[in-house]
This record gives sequence, structure tokens and C-alpha cells, in this order.
Amino acid sequence: MESLDLRTISVRELNQYLHKELPGKDIGKVEIFNPDGAHNIAAGMDCPVEISIQGHGGYYVGGMNKHADITVHGNVGWGVAENMMSGSVRVKGFASESAGASGHGGTLIIEGDASLRCGISMKGIDIVVGGNIGNFSGFMAQAGRMVVCGDAGDGLGDSLYEAVIYVRGKVKSLGADAREEPMTEADYVAVKELLGRAGFSHDPKEFKRIASAKTLYNWNADADQEY
Amino acid sequence: MSKRLVLEESAGYNQSVIEYIHRASATGLYEIRGMGAKRRLPSFDDLVFLAGSASRYPLEGYREKCSTKTILGTRFAKRPIELATPITIAGMSFGALSANVKEALGRAATEVGTSTTTGDGGMTQEERQSSKTLVYQCLPSRYGFNPDDLRKADAIELVIGQGAKPGGGGMLLGQKVTQRVAGMRTLPVGVDQRSACRHPDWTGPDDLAIKVKELREITDWEKPIYIKIGATRTFNDVKLAVHAGADVIVVDGMQGGTAATQTVFIEHVGIPTLAALRQAVDALEDMNMRGKVQLIISGGIRTGADVAKALAMGADAVAIGQGILYSLGCNSPSYVHKGQHIDASADYEKIGTAAGYCHHCQTGKCPVGVTTQDEILEQRLEPLTGAKRVKNYLKTLNMELTTVARACGKSNVHHLEREDLVALTVEAAAMARIPLAGTDWIPGHSSGY
Repeated sequence: MESLDLRTISVRELNQYLHKELPGKDIGKVEIFNPDGAHNIAAGMDCPVEISIQGHGGYYVGGMNKHADITVHGNVGWGVAENMMSGSVRVKGFASESAGASGHGGTLIIEGDASLRCGISMKGIDIVVGGNIGNFSGFMAQAGRMVVCGDAGDGLGDSLYEAVIYVRGKVKSLGADAREEPMTEADYVAVKELLGRAGFSHDPKEFKRIASAKTLYNWNADADQEY
Repeated sequence: MSKRLVLEESAGYNQSVIEYIHRASATGLYEIRGMGAKRRLPSFDDLVFLAGSASRYPLEGYREKCSTKTILGTRFAKRPIELATPITIAGMSFGALSANVKEALGRAATEVGTSTTTGDGGMTQEERQSSKTLVYQCLPSRYGFNPDDLRKADAIELVIGQGAKPGGGGMLLGQKVTQRVAGMRTLPVGVDQRSACRHPDWTGPDDLAIKVKELREITDWEKPIYIKIGATRTFNDVKLAVHAGADVIVVDGMQGGTAATQTVFIEHVGIPTLAALRQAVDALEDMNMRGKVQLIISGGIRTGADVAKALAMGADAVAIGQGILYSLGCNSPSYVHKGQHIDASADYEKIGTAAGYCHHCQTGKCPVGVTTQDEILEQRLEPLTGAKRVKNYLKTLNMELTTVARACGKSNVHHLEREDLVALTVEAAAMARIPLAGTDWIPGHSSGY
């Protein structure tokens, strides 16, 4: 295990080490101390390694991650795991806006709440949120799954494509073209598997499924832009 | 004796406006089309050069050297881009254009020593393989955006807006969203694809600064980062892009093209390239960043004269989109197949237009195979033929550029300066802040004589 202290090295030095030196070493785990809300910690990871961030992270923690399993023992700022391709990011606390934005793959787990636009433009990532999610979450989400154990804010799933959102609590309002659909056996299996991955023990039967009504897939002039 | 017809067209309700109202009334739809603004706008045509004479010393047109070498990204990037010419190829997507076209652009750019640029939807293997210097766009949609291609790129262009539609997202109509295009963008085949107008993970300029740093961290500070803006409040936007840490700023004026957007956007949103360029240069000068942050101007650059005028006004390079499409044969009455010119008039007619007037990129039925994903139509543009035409076009522009620069006494095209220019119209003088020819009058800035 390697221990690195962000009070003695810069984020730039940290990331250079993680990108350039770490892949050639036989190190299974890296612990990062004193993150103190710094931005871009462990952005651009491209190797299988466990990274443990001991404190709060700023913007874009684990941005564009491939292969690495990152745990933040604290809260994070905007865009945690944005555009993630594979691996995982777990936030033990809360996440600010745009968590998992445009993620292609991997798993993002937020044990607390996630703020506005969680899962915006997601492209295949799996997101599990232990608490609530803010307004406009899942906007233009293209593929992947989002499981919300708490409530969802206004405009959930606006302009959804093929992504599916499962919500256990209340949905304040749905966005354009999003609709509630009956849960199928496949949905129960998916929710159970995702909850298990996140370490939550809720009953999948408590969740509802939100998906695209697909009325925006091809433009309808008669709708007069009132969706 | 027949009565004489007196036909007086209204300036406000001319044939074009009447046709617009009739069409809107019949369909309840606004028009979506490709290409750029068709209205008359103040442009580089409204400027001319004051070449050498008794007071300035010209260089001999053919024998004396005139450098066109252009370096972009010197501010922070470990590996700035070095080009043989300041004329680059603007971002245009695979999806809007065929894979053959993307390959042709890469080949041509490589042969003349310049860069080409990806577009919405990501990087194709063809364009990466054929392009020595490839700029990779990071757009609001993030379609096809991934860290592997990011690392393969030579520079990154973070796109905030586009001159043809600043403030508007992109669109690619279902007929062009084929299996391959849809796969690259993680979309269902055949959807009318929308691209977001805002980035998903940042909003204001302070966020943007962090986003730029993230891209630098991911690419280990090696690659130049461009920020592209559609021209509106250009003075402020350029300053904010500098603040955000851009190595290079790309300003796209309202004459810039698009593969598909609403006509009302194309013709009525944004400011002309001429006005935008002056605002951008003013912003850089105001921050003492001229030469530290490079400026690329785009939007209606067509000729070597346009390039020379843009450089004289303070741009470090230009980017060309529509001109490149025309070079490939866009709006030509025929296409070349196996060395033969084949008439395409009937195909223009099928989509309701004619060569010379076509702006129907949105249909995907490009009669000359440029803006299409149709398996048959795309064969009308062979990569090698296309590459040769684009190479010739870029070479011509470069020669025209150096011809003008030499006449102005410059041994380096980057030495062209505002003092070399005068304006032919009051509007151009005001926008470019260059004196009206024969006077020292700049409207709003000097009283003249």
C-alpha cells in the first residue's frame, strides 16, 4: 500500500504519479490523506487499483475513471466520476451537482444525497444513491441505470433516452417525456443486484421504474414544443 | 393592346418573406437547414490592404521567403502544436459528414501540414489514422467522448458554442443516425438526435476553469486546450476563456456553418465574424495576452484574402468549415466517380434545390456525397479525390496569403497588422475599428477629416 499526503504534494504530482508511475508497480492500494476539498483528485485513472481518499474531495473526483476502484471517505463537489468508463467510485458522504455526468460505464455509489443533475447525460454507467437526488436528475440520460433509495426532485428524467431510473421514495415531478412504468421481473433483479453492489438492503419491490415515453425520439410538430 | 403589368416588389414583404410566411402557414413548422447565414453581412470583403509603395517596402512575390509557420498552445501545454500554415480545418462531425469525408480531410490536412478537428459524436478511426494533427472536441453532449481518444488527440477543443447557433444545441436528424453513428453516440438508431446546449458538469466561468484543469490533469498537461465560443458577447467571453486557462481561443462568427439548425438561429443570432474578431483581439490586448493565448477565428473564411485580413486584424490562425465542404464538391452540379464527372442535377431536384443553392445537409441526401450517411451516396466522394481537392484549396489559400503578405512587406504572415488595412464601408470600419479608406475616420472612435 502507498500513502500520499496532499499537504506535501500537489494534485498535479499526485495524478502524475497515479498515471505514470503506479501502473508499473505492484501496488494494490493507494491512500490519499488531507484532500481538503481539492479538485480533480484521481482524475483520468487508467489502471486497476484501489484508491482511498481520506476526507472531502472537490470537483471531478475520479473523472473519466477506467479500471480503478475509488472510495471517498467524505463528501465531493461537482461531477464526481464524470464520464467514467469502468471501475467504481464510492462516496461515503454527499455529492454535489452532476454526479456521474455522461458516465459510460462502471458503478457510482453515493451513500448520502446527490444534488442537482445527478446522472445527467449518462451513457451506460450504473448509479446508486443512498439518499435523495436533486432536481433535473437524469436529464437526457442515454443508457445505464440509476437507483435512488430516497426521493427525487423536480423534472426527473427529462428528455430520457434508454436509461432507466428506479426510485424508492417520492418523485416531485417528472420531466418531459419521462413516465412511470410497471416494474418487471427483470427490473426487480436489476435493482436487487445494484442494491447489493452498493451494500443497501432495501426491498426491490419498494421501487418504481421511470423510463422514456419515447415521444421525443422523433420530433412532432403538432406538439408545439409543449412536452 | 394588352395592359402593361406594373410589378412592384415590397422591400419588407419580398418574395423570400412571402414564401416563408406561406410555408409557415401551410406546415406550422420552422425550417431546419444546413450551412451558414445567407444574408449580406459586413465581412472581410469590406476591407482592403494598403500594400507597399514609397512609404512601405514590398517583398518580391515569388523569390523572397514568407513564413507561414504557426504555433498554437504555448501558454500551458507541454506539447504545443506546430503547423506549416495558419489555415486549419474546423470541427465537423462524423455523422454530419461521411467517414470518407473525414478521412479525406485528415489526409489533406496532413499533406499541407495543418490540423483537422473532430466534431459531435467522437473520433473515428479513419480520421485519427489519416490526420497527423487532430484536435478532439469536448462538446456539451459528450457523445462518443472518452479518455482513450482524449489521450490520442494532439489538442483538445472545449466547445461552448458555435457561430451558426450560439446558445443552441446541435441536432442530427434521424435519417443520418445510422447504426454506426448511433453506436458511437450511445443512441437508438434513427432518433432525431439532440445535443445539449450546455455542458453537463459545469456552468459558469469559475467551474470552467476547474474543468479545463481536469482535462489537463487527465492528459498530464501535455496537450493544448482550446476553448471555442460562438460570437455574441465576444469581448467578455474571450476574457472569461483566458481566465479559465485556455491555451487557444476559437471564436466562431455568425457566418459559420452547421449541419442542421433552425434558420431563425442561422440568420438572426450572433454577430458577424468581423465584429467578433475585433472584440476578441481587444480582449486579449486588454489582458496583455496577445501572443500568449493564441486566437483562431472562423465563420465565413473562404479565400486567402480572408485569411490575410483575419491575421492582419490579430488572429493567429483561421479555421474553415464550409469552404472545405465546397472544396470537396458541395454544391457542384456533378460528382467524380472513377475519374468521370457524373451529373447530379436530378438528385438536387429530388430534395427541392439546385447546385449553387443547396443547404440541405440536414436531409442526409447530399447529391455529391459529402454530408450523408447513405451507403450509396457516400461513395460519391472518394477519400483520395476529396483529399486532393482540399489539399489544392488549402495550398491556394496559403499562396494567396503569402502573396498579400509579401506585397505588404512582410516576411512572415503573422507580421501582417491592422495598419495594413482600410475599410470600404462605414459598417465595416465601425465593426473592425479600421479607418474608412481615404480617411482616418473610425466611426465612434475618431473624428477623421
